[in-house]
Amino acid sequence: MTEQAPSRLPSPRVAPSVAPTTNSHLDISEVTKNFGAQAVLKGVNLSVARGGTTAIVGPSGSGKTTLLRLIAGFEHPNTGTISLNGTPVAGDGVQVPAHKRHVGYVAQDGALFPHLTVGQNVAFGLDSGKLDGGRRAVKSRVEELLEMVSLDPSMAKRRPHQLSGGQQQRVALARALAREPELMLLDEPFSALDAGLRVATRRAVAKVLNAAGVTTILVTHDQAEALSFADQVAIMRGGRLAQIGNPFVVYTRPADRATAEFLGEAVILDAWMEGSLATCSLGGIAVRRPPAQGKVQLMLRPEQIRIAPDGPIRGVVVDTDYFGPETTVRIKLGAYTAQDGAGQGQRHRYPGGGEIITIRHWNASITKPGTELCLRVVGEGVAFPAGE
Amino acid sequence: MSLLAVLIALFSLLPLGYVVYMTVTTGWDTAVELIVRPRVGELLLNTVLLTLITIPLCLLFGVGGAWLVERTTLRGRRWWAVALAAPLAIPAFVNSYSWVSAVPSLEGLWSGVLISTLSYFPLVYIPAAATLGRLDPAIEQSAASLGLGPWAVFFRVVLPQLRIAMTGGALLVGLHLLAEYGAFAMIRFDTFTTAIMVQFQSTFNGTAGNMLASVLVVLCLFLLLAEVKSRGSARYARIGSGAQGKTTQLPLGGYQLPAQLGLLALTALAFGLPLWFVLKWVMAGGSEVWAAEEFMPALLQTLLYGAIGAAVTIVVAFPMAYLAVRHPSWFSKLLELSNYVTSSLPGIVVGLAFVTVSIRVVPGVYQTAGVLVAAYVLLFLPRALVNLRSGLAQAPKELDEAAQSLGKAPLVSFFRVTLRLTAPAAAGGAALVFLAIVNELTATLLLAPNGTRTLATEFWSKSSEIDYTGAAPYALLMILLSAPMTYLLFQQSKKVAGQ
Repeated sequence: MTEQAPSRLPSPRVAPSVAPTTNSHLDISEVTKNFGAQAVLKGVNLSVARGGTTAIVGPSGSGKTTLLRLIAGFEHPNTGTISLNGTPVAGDGVQVPAHKRHVGYVAQDGALFPHLTVGQNVAFGLDSGKLDGGRRAVKSRVEELLEMVSLDPSMAKRRPHQLSGGQQQRVALARALAREPELMLLDEPFSALDAGLRVATRRAVAKVLNAAGVTTILVTHDQAEALSFADQVAIMRGGRLAQIGNPFVVYTRPADRATAEFLGEAVILDAWMEGSLATCSLGGIAVRRPPAQGKVQLMLRPEQIRIAPDGPIRGVVVDTDYFGPETTVRIKLGAYTAQDGAGQGQRHRYPGGGEIITIRHWNASITKPGTELCLRVVGEGVAFPAGE
Repeated sequence: MSLLAVLIALFSLLPLGYVVYMTVTTGWDTAVELIVRPRVGELLLNTVLLTLITIPLCLLFGVGGAWLVERTTLRGRRWWAVALAAPLAIPAFVNSYSWVSAVPSLEGLWSGVLISTLSYFPLVYIPAAATLGRLDPAIEQSAASLGLGPWAVFFRVVLPQLRIAMTGGALLVGLHLLAEYGAFAMIRFDTFTTAIMVQFQSTFNGTAGNMLASVLVVLCLFLLLAEVKSRGSARYARIGSGAQGKTTQLPLGGYQLPAQLGLLALTALAFGLPLWFVLKWVMAGGSEVWAAEEFMPALLQTLLYGAIGAAVTIVVAFPMAYLAVRHPSWFSKLLELSNYVTSSLPGIVVGLAFVTVSIRVVPGVYQTAGVLVAAYVLLFLPRALVNLRSGLAQAPKELDEAAQSLGKAPLVSFFRVTLRLTAPAAAGGAALVFLAIVNELTATLLLAPNGTRTLATEFWSKSSEIDYTGAAPYALLMILLSAPMTYLLFQQSKKVAGQ
């Protein structure tokens, strides 16, 4: 498990290049892949623990689906190696074909066979010869699998086109589970579903896979989905993994500004770093493991900035957007000045002032444009080198 | 797969290569002498005039009919939709035979225009109707909301969207006009194809015939280029997702009766009259004509050739379709193009090429069934390709990958998923090829082994001897066999339109 101790700062993490631990199920080492002249993967390292759930998240075109297809065996890496359970399956002259990898795969649209019924789809990978009891055993196994994904066994007689999108995805999952794979690959399986169905299907799938103890890799471009689904999130950008860590760590302590902005809304302010204190328009904010001293960029999540009557920071409401449960408030900050530490009455002006930041607030009525507000910052910030 | 596809493409270039080879070996001076002469000028004038008059007429009747059926409150629209496609079930040479037997004085250019317009306007009607039925009405509604009246909407919005259907249909009509032998020979109207046939029958393999063939090939290529040019690069695919609205019908009002009468006249001339005369001659012949000893052998041989030709065509088309769908590249496009060009060559050129090559290069195969089947394959490969391509599109690569991730070896998954899903489309393609072979006359006349009689050749020899009653049963049988093909084409066009 690559989860970090909370006290350590996230540095861009890569899988250990030393021998994999006994706990590691999948190891990807220095994998590259080109399509023609285009380099899609530029050296990817990833290690996935047995029974763990990893989400590979990144913008479209970042190479995440290609990585999944390399693991499944539909494509082969140009260089680098992929090992399952410590046994190489790709690279170094080894090329285990997809059908011998014993890896489950659920495609974006489910890829159900249109000429087969739901039951026949689920039974496709079952070898009736190997199952005790022949056809009857297949039938009961199919019913069992359908129940596992919360579908009524009577659905077995239906055709794929008679199912809703969410049902199709569940059938695809049941079909992939039929062979009891130890590793399951999910290629944006929820993206074709509408918002409500997406959450419900995602929960159902996560539950089934956890119960079965299957190691799971999910590819998605939706950061919220990645954060909620996985216990390890790998952020892919430009053919490389920019950061790997548990969801809380990558969200609150992103490795760089691009990752920070990809994973959610971020407030970025110019700041002055001294020791582990960054001073900016929002005052002095603690930063763990600052990357540099002097001029830096400070990142806070909008929910870290709260409206509080006794807050030390002042700002003026620019405008608001009302969304019902919450209101987005844009606030113009004043410049922050403070007495210097020596107590000689000299006032220091810190970087920034006049920035407009966006925060969220639950109460719409107090946030009319022009209103003066007091703000308070909760928790620590993350600093990036000023050049970023 | 790639290697197979290349071999097939090379094979399909044989007729074109033959024409080029013949022209080159004839030498420039001889070629010029044979091509630049009054006879060729006359044929050229005939052919060009025929094309220039017939294509606009076919566009008028085809698009007009399609618009009435799809976009107005025409009574009995469903019935008319089928009736306007029905003339396609009557081979042009059977149509010609019926007209000649009805009006023996028919002869020359205008008779050619009459018969070919009536025979070929459905080639425009079918794609036009399919496209009209699929156009997104929201686009027309937007145009109307921007202040355009119904006529302006038709000419500025609807007609441009029909462009691909119209140019495609016009190309088909043009290629048919260049390739048709029987229909024009019957009314003694000379085109390049009929003249080549006459040359072939008198001198067998004369240089003069070959030179006429090369002019004919140039005309075909010219049509292909003209179609590519006029089709343009515009796309008229529907943008956006969501359910498409229902098309609106323009009220015909007082024009209902004229529209009904017009369509009645058109279908009566194109379908009713030929069918009537075929039936009349069948009745006149009584039961004897059916009992004629040539009849059963001709039917059986035709069915056999059709079945074998269809099966071979599907097998040959599969690698090309597979390559085009699964591994599209400039290379697969080139393969398809070479095949497309060949299939647009008239049957007489393909026949001539096979005669010459089989005599000169492999004399043993001349006048064997194998050569005839090979010619059928080249002529009708695109029909199989179109079907197989849409069939393979139903079996995307993702399904193959799903099967492999479920532990099936690539070959197993190819048979259990890809081939299985392509099977219905392959069957449809095979049926189209089968029926096309059943009605093929020109190449069959050139290549059929001695003693081979098909429905088409038997009909041809009888009607050439003005034995109208003797020919009638063959005509009726060909019409009956063509009916399902027409229906298949009609159904298929509804699916293909808009892609």
